[in-house]
Amino acid sequence: MASISKLGRHQEKMAFLFITPTMLLFAAFTIVPVVMAMFLSFTNYDVVSRMDFVGVDNYKRLAGDALFWQTFKNVFYYSIIFVPLNIVISLMLGMLMNFKRMGIKLFRTMNYLPTLTSAVAAATVWIWLLHPEFGLVNGILGYFGIIGPAWLAQTETAMLSIILVTLWQSVGSNMIIYIAGLQGIPEYLYESAKLDGATAFDRFRYITWPQLRPTTFLVSTMSIIGALQLFDQAFVLTQGGPGNVTKTPVYLIYQQGFNQLQMGYASAQAFILAIAILIFSFINMRINKSEEPIV
Amino acid sequence: MKTLPANRPANALTSSPALSYPARVMIGKMLFYAVSIAIAVVMFLPFFWSLMTSLKPSNEIFSIPIQWLPSEVTLEHYRKAFTTVPFGLYFWNSLVLAVSGVLANLFFGSLSGYAFAKLNFRGNKAMFRVLLAAMMIPGIVTMIPSFYVLKHFPLVGGNDLLGGGGNGFLNSFWGIILPGASGSFAVFFMRQFFLTLPSDMMEMARIEGCKEFRIFWNIYLPLTKPALATLGIFTFQAGWNSFLWPMIILNDPDKATIQMGLQAFSYNYQTDYGPMMAGALIAILPILVLFLLLQKYFVQGIAFTGVKG
Repeated sequence: MASISKLGRHQEKMAFLFITPTMLLFAAFTIVPVVMAMFLSFTNYDVVSRMDFVGVDNYKRLAGDALFWQTFKNVFYYSIIFVPLNIVISLMLGMLMNFKRMGIKLFRTMNYLPTLTSAVAAATVWIWLLHPEFGLVNGILGYFGIIGPAWLAQTETAMLSIILVTLWQSVGSNMIIYIAGLQGIPEYLYESAKLDGATAFDRFRYITWPQLRPTTFLVSTMSIIGALQLFDQAFVLTQGGPGNVTKTPVYLIYQQGFNQLQMGYASAQAFILAIAILIFSFINMRINKSEEPIV
Repeated sequence: MKTLPANRPANALTSSPALSYPARVMIGKMLFYAVSIAIAVVMFLPFFWSLMTSLKPSNEIFSIPIQWLPSEVTLEHYRKAFTTVPFGLYFWNSLVLAVSGVLANLFFGSLSGYAFAKLNFRGNKAMFRVLLAAMMIPGIVTMIPSFYVLKHFPLVGGNDLLGGGGNGFLNSFWGIILPGASGSFAVFFMRQFFLTLPSDMMEMARIEGCKEFRIFWNIYLPLTKPALATLGIFTFQAGWNSFLWPMIILNDPDKATIQMGLQAFSYNYQTDYGPMMAGALIAILPILVLFLLLQKYFVQGIAFTGVKG
């Protein structure tokens, strides 16, 4: 018996050794930063010299910061359009690409390709596609006699352009997630529904949609978290313009913290954004849980 | 079986009962291909258009109406992209960062994933749960404090024991590699895979007197090749495509990544669409090549996040 517990102790020691690098990195770059995030937001840290405790001054200041709330409004507008469209398009694509037909692999690959591009490269390509005079989008609209807008330069269309580009980039991988979800639905559910004379719409409404709830929950959670932290595309496509209509909270935090070195103030902004993300993830969770699965 | 014909109209693709069954299947097929091809064209068009633009002579780029194909193929824009800015150097920097990230995550992720899945130790479950919960923390929370930790890291980059005096890991590749060296996702992903492997090989090896690390390295790790491939691809893609964090950490232009270089190029040479498209395509190319070579691992990886997530 003594030798068994000795072996057990040896194993335990080795196990601790195995996880040490991961846990040290985790402590340094996750635990410490999370604790510090709160603390920094109560200081006037500026990288160079100062780091004094200033109480709730940062929070008082951001309550009256019109630009900060404007960025929130912008990103909410973006999310309210982007998140539902992302889910609907990915689901429809997933259902279409779930057919076993010749060439389906090629179609899936085509739809997946945009997700491989970096946000910067995609935005760079779309700057050119959305060029008001010589861009492909307005060129094609021209075939139908439509004079397209200056997509990125007009206040009405700038955010829509970002939605378009981010959708193009994100529906492919969500499509694959939905295909995996669809393939997990047992076939007998559909067969028995067919025998009972359920229409295609009924089968979607009462089998597919409820069965895909965990998948939809995953996709919607990830898109909400990603959407509220939009940065790359806004930075490259429009630089936050025109007139700050595409400036996002992360963009503002980046400028405030790393260009103007007001890290304490930027931390307070980051903290508020994190709370917003938490609240919306929670609401999303409640919406997904409220409807009990019907089948 | 007798009820089958009566049910047919209900599950038909078109509700018109006048059409025969084969005709309806035919229409369904045509509809499927029409819609699928239309979507595929829309998804692929930006790639096609940027490729065409990058190969066109300069005077054909700005043409009304659209000129779909170049009259002659020229590599002029690619040469210009590489000579106006040090694109080759940016490419190399990104490659170094992405490959280091992959190697670190594969090693540390599988090492601790193995420990969490296969070894008994106090606090195993609790520590793993904390790692898992941390995946839910939005990146924006840790952005500024991580910068602080890197800048004030003791005893590096001219810092003293208390982390003052120097710049720590700022403006160095370590500032990008270290925070992501053993991601929670890598640990989680590898743990799930190790759980599917049987434990009796481990016990056999122990009886034979095999050391714990060798059991991991020589027996279990080789069995996880598909998982390592999937994880490697995703880590590479994330490292190669990351933009904001390298922009925060790296100030030295010689250390810039390809994404930073591309952004600066498109900002500074706003009307040079030929070289811009050439640069964008070069920035996409490594991931595209990786995808075409290892397509099945990509799909498996996403399906994994969908099923386990």
